[in-house]
Amino acid sequence: MAEPILDANAAQTYAQPTDSGYFGQFGGRFVAETLTHALDSLAALYAEMKDDPEFKKELHEDLAHFVGRPTPLYLAERLTASLGGAAVYLKREDLNHTGAHKVCNTIGQALLAKRMGKPRVIAETGAGQHGVATATVAARLGLACDVYMGEEDVHRQSLNVYRMKLMGANVIPVTSGSKTLKDAMNEAMRDWVTNVDDTHYIIGTVAGPHPYPMLVRDFASIIGQEARAQMLQQVGKLPDVVVACVGGGSNAMGIFHPFINDAEVDLVGVEAGGHGVSTGAHAAPLNDGKVGVLHGNRSYLMSDDDGQVMETHSVSAGLDYPGVGPEHSYLKDIGRATYAAATDDEAMEAFRMLNRQEGILPALETSHALAWVVENAPKMSADKTILVNLSGRGDKDILTVADIDGITL
Amino acid sequence: MDAVPANQGRIAAEFARLAQHGKKALVTFITAGDPGIDFTVPAMHSLVAGGANLLELGIPFSDPEAEGPAIQAANERALANGMTLAKVLDMVVEFRASNSTTPVVLMGYLNSVLAMTNFAQRAKDAGVDGLIMVNLPQEEAADLRHTLSAVGMDLVSLIAPTTADPRAQEIVTTASGFLYYVSLKGTTGSGALAVDEVAERMSFLQTLTDVPICVGFGIKDAKSAAAVSAHADGVVVGSALVQLMADSADPNIAAERLHSAAADIRHGLDG
Ligand SMILES: Cc1ncc(COP(=O)(O)O)c(C=O)c1O
Repeated sequence: MAEPILDANAAQTYAQPTDSGYFGQFGGRFVAETLTHALDSLAALYAEMKDDPEFKKELHEDLAHFVGRPTPLYLAERLTASLGGAAVYLKREDLNHTGAHKVCNTIGQALLAKRMGKPRVIAETGAGQHGVATATVAARLGLACDVYMGEEDVHRQSLNVYRMKLMGANVIPVTSGSKTLKDAMNEAMRDWVTNVDDTHYIIGTVAGPHPYPMLVRDFASIIGQEARAQMLQQVGKLPDVVVACVGGGSNAMGIFHPFINDAEVDLVGVEAGGHGVSTGAHAAPLNDGKVGVLHGNRSYLMSDDDGQVMETHSVSAGLDYPGVGPEHSYLKDIGRATYAAATDDEAMEAFRMLNRQEGILPALETSHALAWVVENAPKMSADKTILVNLSGRGDKDILTVADIDGITL
Repeated sequence: MDAVPANQGRIAAEFARLAQHGKKALVTFITAGDPGIDFTVPAMHSLVAGGANLLELGIPFSDPEAEGPAIQAANERALANGMTLAKVLDMVVEFRASNSTTPVVLMGYLNSVLAMTNFAQRAKDAGVDGLIMVNLPQEEAADLRHTLSAVGMDLVSLIAPTTADPRAQEIVTTASGFLYYVSLKGTTGSGALAVDEVAERMSFLQTLTDVPICVGFGIKDAKSAAAVSAHADGVVVGSALVQLMADSADPNIAAERLHSAAADIRHGLDG
């Protein structure tokens, strides 16, 4: 298992994006001219490394021995029993080193940075998981590391901020705009445009300009490759539904991609419904957005009639983003995936259920995918199976949850 | 990609006039609606009176990812004042009531323009001559360039220090109006202007095209303008003017200060 690292699954009918980074009408490269050279170089290097045996070996070894892959596929028996419907399988990305799926991407990109001879990496982060994963690989490879984080997120994810600092990264609070993930990404782009010669920008999700949506997806696809093989081996069949939360969309693309050609498998992404999609206070562009351009790509986006990007709301910092990776917009438009939304309250309820019934503390982001399961598993028969990307663990969210419960730790 | 015919409008006329007199273009940038709605049109007139040849007007945007702190703050102030792209066009209409010759170019981010139905025609009707899109590199620009060209507006292309020779060659084939050479790797208002590097790059670019090339980013006063203009057809000054406006208590004070700043730089260029 876990043999193919960067290949899609055997049947190569789905082949996206185009050479210029388009998934249908979505994607592309909408950046300042100064950055186009760096993006061209990155795309060229990646095209070479993708099939390079040395690179694949190095990546594979790090994933096995540093990250601890493959992660288990686990039948959530008590949760399944209490929901009384489809069997719920969890792909345990919370058990990755650093506690989320994000590290699969940061390892891949840091190895690319090393190949390019760039001594410094930068990243944006919302929940701090991508920042931690970047700080981790930077420490491991001896690279300088600066992480941009919205000031609001610095407060709500203070544990991760301290983790990054312990690993030698410099965390830079961003005070512009809404002080969350999108503003951190603006600031990281500004840094990159200034320091493009010696710096690689490790984007943390399947967004940004081409080639990022493609290469982040490919690095994250190890999740789906393992899970697909594990389902066949442990359960004897493919799942009926694959479900994942969607912020920028990396954990969802990572688990969806190897199943795209399996037409009988439903793919469901769950966005942050915040206070409810109808209230406008949410972060669900695929449910309630329109096509626009932000952070280098064309995709669904929460923007107003004047094209201004709107402020978002979610209890989970990692989903609190007005855009979404272009490949999800494409999968939505061609009908290959569907996108639901879970509210803050629904996510919190699912969060509590998984703690009590399985002894697993999920991230608040992940809890949005679980909320879909709580609602929909009971409507499915017992011979059906749901595969959930348990994208990360929730230690980082303890303070937020305690706060919601009115407890000061 | 087929070449777009140069539009024979105000931009071409102004550069032709400057060339005839052996002068360099002073291009000024301010953000529309900053620091107050009523600052902008008087500011445009006083920049022209001070010696500006072409006015760039920034379209306020929520996520100005290529701007430094001064213009970021200007965007936030303008949005807080309720600015929209429609209001930017209204300002151009107001400006045109008493100025029908100075070219006006809007500068901003693609999402603003995409959100307005029939933008090209509306902008043209308002009296806008061209558009600079910060986040629209050559490979993505063909559609918008043709839409603008159809109504006689120029899409101004940017070239950066990191633009490789073959790419620069490609960009100049579709250039119209003027070319904008970004003098440094960084955001607007950065300090690290290296005149020698600009000179070297400009001497190469000028062999590629007859389209006028203006240099922007990092030019803040008469001295830096004079140094750069020796190697260019014009200079763009932005953050310094935006900062000056931010520090002005009312539209009259701002207009006076902009007038003398423009005159000072004009003097440096004509030196
Ligand atoms: C555990 C976890 N899941 C999901 C996300 C959302 O990101 P994406 O949609 O790219 O997977 C994050 C982001 O911080 C995260 O930490």
